[in-house]
Amino acid sequence: MTGNPSMIEVRNLEKNYNGHRAVDGISLSIAGGSCFGLLGPNGAGKTTTVEMMENIIPHDSGVILYKGGERDRTFNQEIGIQFQHTELLAFLTVEETLKTFAAFYDKHLPVEEVIHMCMLDNIKKNMTHKISGGQRQRLLLGLALLNDPELLFLDEPSTGLDPQARKHIWEIILDIHKKGKTIILTTHYMEEAENLCDAIAIMDRGRIIEQGSPKSLIKTHCREEGCPKNLESVFLKLTGKHLRE
Amino acid sequence: MWALFKARNYEFFRDRTGFGWNILFPFLIVAGFGVIFSSDSGSDYKLGVFPVKDNLLLLQELHLPDRLKTYKHIRIVPFETQDEALDKLAHHKIDILLENAGPELKYWVNDSNPKGYILEKVVRESIIPEAIFESKVTRQEIQGDQIRYIDWLFPGILGMNIMFSALFGVGYVIVRYRRIGVLKRLKATPVTAFEYLTAQLVSRVLIMLISSSVVWLGCDVLFSFRMHGSYLDVLVVFFSGTLCLVSLGLVLACRGTNEELTNGIINFISWPMMFLSEVWFSIEGASDFVKHAAKLLPLTHFLNAARKIINDGATLSDVSTEVAILLCMSLVFLFIGSVLFSWTK
Repeated sequence: MTGNPSMIEVRNLEKNYNGHRAVDGISLSIAGGSCFGLLGPNGAGKTTTVEMMENIIPHDSGVILYKGGERDRTFNQEIGIQFQHTELLAFLTVEETLKTFAAFYDKHLPVEEVIHMCMLDNIKKNMTHKISGGQRQRLLLGLALLNDPELLFLDEPSTGLDPQARKHIWEIILDIHKKGKTIILTTHYMEEAENLCDAIAIMDRGRIIEQGSPKSLIKTHCREEGCPKNLESVFLKLTGKHLRE
Repeated sequence: MWALFKARNYEFFRDRTGFGWNILFPFLIVAGFGVIFSSDSGSDYKLGVFPVKDNLLLLQELHLPDRLKTYKHIRIVPFETQDEALDKLAHHKIDILLENAGPELKYWVNDSNPKGYILEKVVRESIIPEAIFESKVTRQEIQGDQIRYIDWLFPGILGMNIMFSALFGVGYVIVRYRRIGVLKRLKATPVTAFEYLTAQLVSRVLIMLISSSVVWLGCDVLFSFRMHGSYLDVLVVFFSGTLCLVSLGLVLACRGTNEELTNGIINFISWPMMFLSEVWFSIEGASDFVKHAAKLLPLTHFLNAARKIINDGATLSDVSTEVAILLCMSLVFLFIGSVLFSWTK
């Protein structure tokens, strides 16, 4: 993490579902301008944690601070979210979808600029239910960028995409990062986290079990001879090799 | 709100299957009833006769009372054998069976058939000389326009179409949007629940009023409906009724992600409404309990008001009670819907 003031901070965050503790006392502080990765096996509580930070679902206990204070009505004006699973309003073209969402914000980027930024120029007149998976992910990213957000949440933005489409998404995220935006990213791809994130936290069973920069984590956890010097080795070492639900 | 309103309208008009069905369905119902009631109006009671050889039915050659042959609304159905005819009588395919032999009038009835009971009285009456009735009964006809069944039915069909479109087009669609994450995506924006629900409400009300107008025009061309009241008054009634039914749809849509459950709930509400609110037939002879229950349903007040204006020429002040009830119900439904509304649960 950098020395910039915290953009968003959570303290002792907890969430229970029918007696099951999905998130168990998480504390995080994410500096402004950083790209923060939240990693973990399936069911670790990444999406629940992020959705509580996004104000999509309520938290049972703990504190969430945005720019040092409570989240108020301006929060939704200043954040952008790309969900893991989401459908869009039916029977609209890509351009109409972007224009519709742009109208929700007090200030937004020109729709043409977002179309160009997310490489949607060739499909802007296509209906959203007729575009490919990669195009769809770029559109969802475009929707998250419409209001030129200060804080961007990306929940597994490249899951299910082919390598070319994934690379496209990475290029866009790197561009946004260069503009000084704060990004919170959940992913299953260790390569993605290594390439994009300044800092990461690894979650398992609702808790953060390790956090730091990718380089420092690799340095700390891959000392043994024969251990590949990458984030995947760190991840497997910390979360184990057995299958998860 | 305007952006959501536009998006919802695009969705309705671009979904050609749904849009077409919304327009076509009431046309088909009204056209179907038009055909039924114009070509088969004499078949209210079916009188079987046997034996009639080779199905050659020459009315004047039958050994039946002469007056019986002249009665309207009775269709004479011939049979070659008694067994065949009795089987039809047992299965309610005919209402009474007469033997084609004179001079004694011999007939069979099915005790469980109410029409047969009435027809038996008619058959027996047909052998009494007409002169006996003179000086004992006085016949009078109602004056002015008589309301055809199709004219009475038409507001009911439009109301039913609006009810289904409101409940399924709002309730079902919002629940589906919640399940597939569209509402969650909208929650991530500054859009408020009030703005979203209002856009849905206004869009649906406007769409239903436009599509009902198209159906009205088409049916008027085909069947020459008799409109006795003011079009402006009927528009106010249709607006109030549609607003109320769409608001009810919002209540059904306020929670839940299970489309099948929502489908069941909508059917559970809409089917009783269809029968108790007199879409197809009057419940004038029903018990007081049924009549009171019907008054709890918004479609009852909607159709009462619409029929008073369309069929009887009533003014808006004559139906102010129904309109007030519809608007009050709308407010209650909107309040409940917006308080209980959840983007994700």
